[in-house]
Amino acid sequence: MPEGHQGEGFFATSFDKVIGLARKNSIWPLPFATSCCGIEFMATMGAHYDLARFGSERVGFSPRQCDLLMVMGTIAKKMGPVVKQVYLQMAEPRWVLAVGACASSGGIFDTYSVLQGIDQVVPVDVYVPGCPPRPEAIIDGVIRIQDLVGKESLRRRSGEKYKALLESYGIQ
Amino acid sequence: MLNNDYIKQKLTEKFGEQVSSFDESYGMLSFEAQKEINLKVLTFLYDDAELKFRFMTDLCGVHFPDNKGKELGVVYHLHNLEENVRIRFKVFADVSKPDIYTATGLFSTANWQERETYDFYGINFIGHPNLKRILNVDEMDYFPLRKEFPLEDQSRVDKDDEMFGRGGTIGFGTEKTDHGTIIESDKHNVGEEIV
Repeated sequence: MPEGHQGEGFFATSFDKVIGLARKNSIWPLPFATSCCGIEFMATMGAHYDLARFGSERVGFSPRQCDLLMVMGTIAKKMGPVVKQVYLQMAEPRWVLAVGACASSGGIFDTYSVLQGIDQVVPVDVYVPGCPPRPEAIIDGVIRIQDLVGKESLRRRSGEKYKALLESYGIQ
Repeated sequence: MLNNDYIKQKLTEKFGEQVSSFDESYGMLSFEAQKEINLKVLTFLYDDAELKFRFMTDLCGVHFPDNKGKELGVVYHLHNLEENVRIRFKVFADVSKPDIYTATGLFSTANWQERETYDFYGINFIGHPNLKRILNVDEMDYFPLRKEFPLEDQSRVDKDDEMFGRGGTIGFGTEKTDHGTIIESDKHNVGEEIV
């Protein structure tokens, strides 16, 4: 619970904390799974690890409905524009989780055809290391995203710094 | 019964000195011809009533940088489906002018395969209906499977070469300097010794 005043039957806190609380516990993930990290994600969504415990069971397959882009797996250079397109189709506020070594840095695929980390085409909020990461690691990544979501200032997305960040990716 | 000796005999009867380098590795006949007559040879193999090599299994490129004047090659894998006999046919071209006639007129499958070969080796198939990149990104400005280009992505900036077991002061593959990565052949002693 965020800081605030509470008494019998009421709780008062600031608006952005309430919104943060609501957002962080109902993140709709958009899985962009291209390889083995995607299989780990399937385990993460399954009953055993159960991402639903963190309010993220509603996996959306339309970027327009989703808050969190989870890129899991090797992104070839030819796939780069597709990832960017999907990111552009998401509405603000949006977050990106790079799962696994390939999405984070190209991983073992240090070769002419593979994008050396999706942060070359879209801004990334949290990186999950591993090849592939275990479901626990993916959950840890989602929890860190929740942390960011919950603490984010309502003004961040209209700030100069954020605009400059998007500008550096060629996004208006 | 179609055997390698007979195919070789038929080819030499027809083309004489123009076909050469007959070889039978693992029982599969392979031979070489001048690049100018590649279509004549393919058509002969296709049309001849006994040879009937009417299926192209594969078409690919090769690069032998030390083979001066014949650096770039195209290898045709042909199959006679009736007799179940396969052969390999190679032509070579100079890397400075890698022009080879397209086989798309004879085999439709060559369309895709030649685009791929162009994409990776830069072999210019004369007469191909749509010779442009097929697997790599359109912006790519080199032919990645030619030997002069290192395998590693040259645009990477955030990988520490030493951690990846190549380059750095230890010296495998590529090396990173203040100006970016440099390849093995351009390498000189930079950085501090760590061993």
